[in-house]
Amino acid sequence: MSSTAFVGQRVKRLEDPDLLTGKGRFLDDLKLPGLLEAAFVRSPFAHATFTRIDAEEARALPGVHAVLTAKDLPSEMQGRRILLQVPHPQITYAVTQEPLATSEVCFVGEAVAVVIADGRHIAEDAAERVVVDWEPLPAAAHCEAALKPGAPATHADRADNIAGRLALGFGDVDAVFRNAAHVVEERYEPHRGTGHPMECRGVVAVHDMAGDAFRIWTSTQTPHNTQRAVIDMFGLAEDRVRVITPDVGGGFGPKNQVYPEELVIPAAARLLGRPVKWAEDRREHFLTTTQERDQIWDVAAAIDADGRLLGVKGTLIHDAGAYLPWGIIMPYISATTLPGPYKLPAYRMAVTVAFTNLVPTTPLRGAGRPQAVFAMERLMDAISKATGLDPAEVRRRNFIQASEMPYDMGLTYRDGAPVMYDTGDYPEAQAQALAKAGYDDFPARQKAALAEGRHIGIGIGNYVEGTGLGPFEGATVRILTNGRVAIYTGAAAAGQAHRTTLAQICADELKVDISDIDVVGGDTGLMPRGAGTYASRITVNAGSSVRTASAELRGKALALAAAKFDVKPEDLELSHRAVRIKGEQGDSITFAELARMTSGMPGYALPKGVKPDLEASGYFTPPQATYSNGSHVAEVEVDPETGRVTILKYTVVHDCGTVINPMLVDGQVQGGVAHGIGNALLERMVFDADANPLTTTFADYLMPTAEIVPACDIVHMESPTPLNPLGAKGAGEGGTIPAPAAIVAAVENALSPFGLRITDCPVTPQRIVELIRAAEEMSEEDTP
Amino acid sequence: MPDAPPKRKITLTVNGREYTAEAEDRYSLADFLRHALGLTGTHLGCEHGVCGACTVLVDGEAVRGCLMLAVQAEGCQVTTVEGLANADGSLSPLQQAFMDHHGLQCGFCTPGILTTLTAYLRDRPNADEAELREALSGNICRCTGYDTIVRAALAAAGAMREGGQP
Amino acid sequence: MEGADGAPQGRQAGYAGGVKPAPFTYHRPETLAEAAEMAASLENARLLSGGQSLMPMMNLRYVAVDHLIDLNPVAELAGITIDGGRVSIGAMTRQRAVLEDETLARCCPVMREALGFVGHVQTRNRGTVGGSLAHLDPAAELPGLAALLDAGITLRSRDGDRTVAMADFPRGYMTPDIREGEVLTSLAFNAWPDGHGWDFREFARRHGDFAMAGAASLILLDRDGRIARAAVVLIGIDDGPVRLSDVERMLTGETPSDDLFRAAAALAADRPMAADALVTETYRRHLAGVLARRSLAVACARAANGGGHA
Repeated sequence: MSSTAFVGQRVKRLEDPDLLTGKGRFLDDLKLPGLLEAAFVRSPFAHATFTRIDAEEARALPGVHAVLTAKDLPSEMQGRRILLQVPHPQITYAVTQEPLATSEVCFVGEAVAVVIADGRHIAEDAAERVVVDWEPLPAAAHCEAALKPGAPATHADRADNIAGRLALGFGDVDAVFRNAAHVVEERYEPHRGTGHPMECRGVVAVHDMAGDAFRIWTSTQTPHNTQRAVIDMFGLAEDRVRVITPDVGGGFGPKNQVYPEELVIPAAARLLGRPVKWAEDRREHFLTTTQERDQIWDVAAAIDADGRLLGVKGTLIHDAGAYLPWGIIMPYISATTLPGPYKLPAYRMAVTVAFTNLVPTTPLRGAGRPQAVFAMERLMDAISKATGLDPAEVRRRNFIQASEMPYDMGLTYRDGAPVMYDTGDYPEAQAQALAKAGYDDFPARQKAALAEGRHIGIGIGNYVEGTGLGPFEGATVRILTNGRVAIYTGAAAAGQAHRTTLAQICADELKVDISDIDVVGGDTGLMPRGAGTYASRITVNAGSSVRTASAELRGKALALAAAKFDVKPEDLELSHRAVRIKGEQGDSITFAELARMTSGMPGYALPKGVKPDLEASGYFTPPQATYSNGSHVAEVEVDPETGRVTILKYTVVHDCGTVINPMLVDGQVQGGVAHGIGNALLERMVFDADANPLTTTFADYLMPTAEIVPACDIVHMESPTPLNPLGAKGAGEGGTIPAPAAIVAAVENALSPFGLRITDCPVTPQRIVELIRAAEEMSEEDTP
Repeated sequence: MPDAPPKRKITLTVNGREYTAEAEDRYSLADFLRHALGLTGTHLGCEHGVCGACTVLVDGEAVRGCLMLAVQAEGCQVTTVEGLANADGSLSPLQQAFMDHHGLQCGFCTPGILTTLTAYLRDRPNADEAELREALSGNICRCTGYDTIVRAALAAAGAMREGGQP
Repeated sequence: MEGADGAPQGRQAGYAGGVKPAPFTYHRPETLAEAAEMAASLENARLLSGGQSLMPMMNLRYVAVDHLIDLNPVAELAGITIDGGRVSIGAMTRQRAVLEDETLARCCPVMREALGFVGHVQTRNRGTVGGSLAHLDPAAELPGLAALLDAGITLRSRDGDRTVAMADFPRGYMTPDIREGEVLTSLAFNAWPDGHGWDFREFARRHGDFAMAGAASLILLDRDGRIARAAVVLIGIDDGPVRLSDVERMLTGETPSDDLFRAAAALAADRPMAADALVTETYRRHLAGVLARRSLAVACARAANGGGHA
């Protein structure tokens, strides 16, 4: 057997047979005897205080067991807020949510009470009957307006709406701007969207009175975050709180957070002595699950006469929403991502994080990078217009070269380490993308199309993405007494097929088939330490941990068998879940027997230096992030009369280092691009001037469908990284990150006869028509 | 004090087997299948008729399980994802094609897509890509970006044409 | 929202925001007569047809009723009858059946074209003609077709039948002329002569979405190629579909040409249009003009080619 029978292959997923036959076990599928269901009473106002909550009529409904407000929660929860998981010295107001609001609500949907009933229907009937004495307050509806003097206060007791400020930079920015041949300056406004996994959130909690212990199932990406928050809130030891991740129907970032429901539902279970479930519905998801993308960039780039960047400076306003569950990480990521794959001698970005009375914002697929890439790539196209250089050529002149790797771009990443691009060939990535997309022929095709009355356009988006974030994601690999292999890891999956990927890595080390391996993830009871599935980090971290642990376990199995057969380990080999002496008639011992021997068999003496149990653990800790990169080229057609955009062709060059399973990486890229298409053309959370959400169903908030998303042409490059044993980098977000930039550039290019400029996204048909008409009016004014 | 809403007995056939259970008049077919009958393969993604995750076959036709009342399915033949595999438990050509072509990631929208395609390919065994994308436009998937779903559907259609059975 | 006891300002129910409907009693008439009787006698009742429009509203609790009368078991309400150019479609006829009916497609090809825009495969399996008419969404295709075809809508009550011209059917936003105790039973119209041209189009962000605006036209040319008869309708611009009789007058007697279409489109757009938080009146007006122009061009071209099958 070759040493990589599985790694690098398009291995079919272990997850599929159950999911294809309806045997998945998602949160709302869980059945427990005596399970009660919850519905929350939520604020209809974006900002209000309240005094009395009258639940008398609600409690009287048959089937209602309790209606709890903040004061009804256990004493440990009184006056408390959810743990802030990502503190930062630059945060000036580190406010997170209360489990249930006590007197003030700061966004539409914030919960003030919970109904526990026999079923969800009854619980909603009761929730409708709860009456609250609201005193509406002025609400801050937009991050820029919220920072102006006299703006409504997001939180009634605060003098301003600032969550924190950051300043980053290097080099002498003022000098380069003084000496620049050209300066381009623009404002960019990417708009809010959200994740909308097809499965909403949910929590089931059981409290064991005898042991004062909780078992909590939650549709999460990070069970350990939930556990941390619960033990913080209730003052319990770790072993009293077990958080288990069921099958999760998509995460995309927002399921990374800890939400009030994850604290209230366990409290209710304890108070009532019954298991309690809360299954979020889509309406609630629109109102309460975190969102992202609203930012305002005012940036300027100084360039020399050859179109080379001399410096970039600007300000960034980031919309935090009403609370700060993930600190100020995202704008930090945005500001450090802006330079991208380009050489930048000087940089200054001043970031203000603003509170608004909108749903809180936390990382959503791309985590602040789509916005930064949008800004940088739009700047590149602005430079192209200012200098007359082709957009691809401008980028070529500015790329960091492969020979310059590893490249210190001058900033510090969120983990405190320098932003050091490890490997990658940015010019080659773009070159391959352009070749595959037929970029050089495009001007001729565009001209021919225009002659037929069709407007087609092409656009480029390049990105560099920090992935594989630490601190760790461990794995314990164990050979069981039944001969099967078990992998325990903290990582929870939501569709990324960790089971398959991790099994592939282990199978190659232990020379077994992936079907011999059971991967159990996301259970704090089985894996006490874990960080979670976000930031495209699991293959790097958990995968590397599995690799090292499996290798160590292989060594242990060989040492044990060598002692038993009185041979050297080099005389042995692993095959078919056994260890055998090499050669035709070699003796062998099965994995099962080895496991039984080491698990406490009376009379058996372990060989010198070998610990009990046939298992090994790995906790790979990356020295720094590892940088994936890619180039996207979008080709679109625009109907200038209606503003409709059709994507004709979408090309992706994607480099995530060593690829464990190409089929899965292709899936992540195609799915990521679909989300990016949503951000470019369709998806926008719209709020009115009073911060009321206007897009609260799938009829108003438009998700990409099979007719909108084309098949991507995906080209893989592999620039392995020396930073982990696999040479792998993260792959979950690269499809999304540059897509809005590439698509908006293509739309603008298609409409170049009209000479308009698009600086926000999503760009809707209505907006396109408005821009065309404005451009036509302006040119009419100019024409004598 | 108001009474609890009454429940009535509903009898229907699901995946070839007769079931009788109680439901309030307002329970959707999807809720009934999931909670009264324990068939949790059918999923609820929006409950306002857009996402398609709840699609089941009622008397052979793909319908949104969240927009049909359980009581309306009295006496009907319902097929859910749990009933798509072959009699011997092996995956149907469509299910197998999804596995071969990576047509699912988190699997939450998958049951609704499988039932939609099962009915569609039965009626239009020669559907081309454009027709399939239109047929799928009433199902939202957030993970895959649809291409592998379309590949799987085309492969399944091909396999079924050769094998001569759905 | 008012508090339960007319309490002081600021007091109101918490926002539950769920997707499970409020309780109701379900009724299952077997005949039209039974259904009409129930519609007349039950308080706070609604009729359930396909459910594709009503159930989302009930799930979101925009609508709450005490009684739901299910028309699906009433077999006599479904069916398409075509007799000497007179088309009658029963209210409970599924949208899918209308889309797929070959005879209907031959005599009234605009219907097939329009039905292709109605929702999705799954919704057309349940959604009905009558349900869409009674729901009267401003952007709905079926009311637009009814207006285009000068259809009559028949309603049955305990007291007998009443027929309303489609032009008189919309009373306001999602408010049709259906009285208490009435059941919409059928839609009927005279098919246009063989060889007429047709077109139905709409602009929606994604296939199957509610249209932001839509236009449909029917054109009959005389032997000299001039427009003998024209019917033009816009959907999505007002509470109900808008027949553009002024545009029709402008077109009658004229020879089709790009200039004519442009002029007709300008007139079509020259009227108030709906606006909301997501779509401005300006854009909707612009769309209506573009769609009207394109619709007329295609309908005239089809008429010149002798009409034919959708």
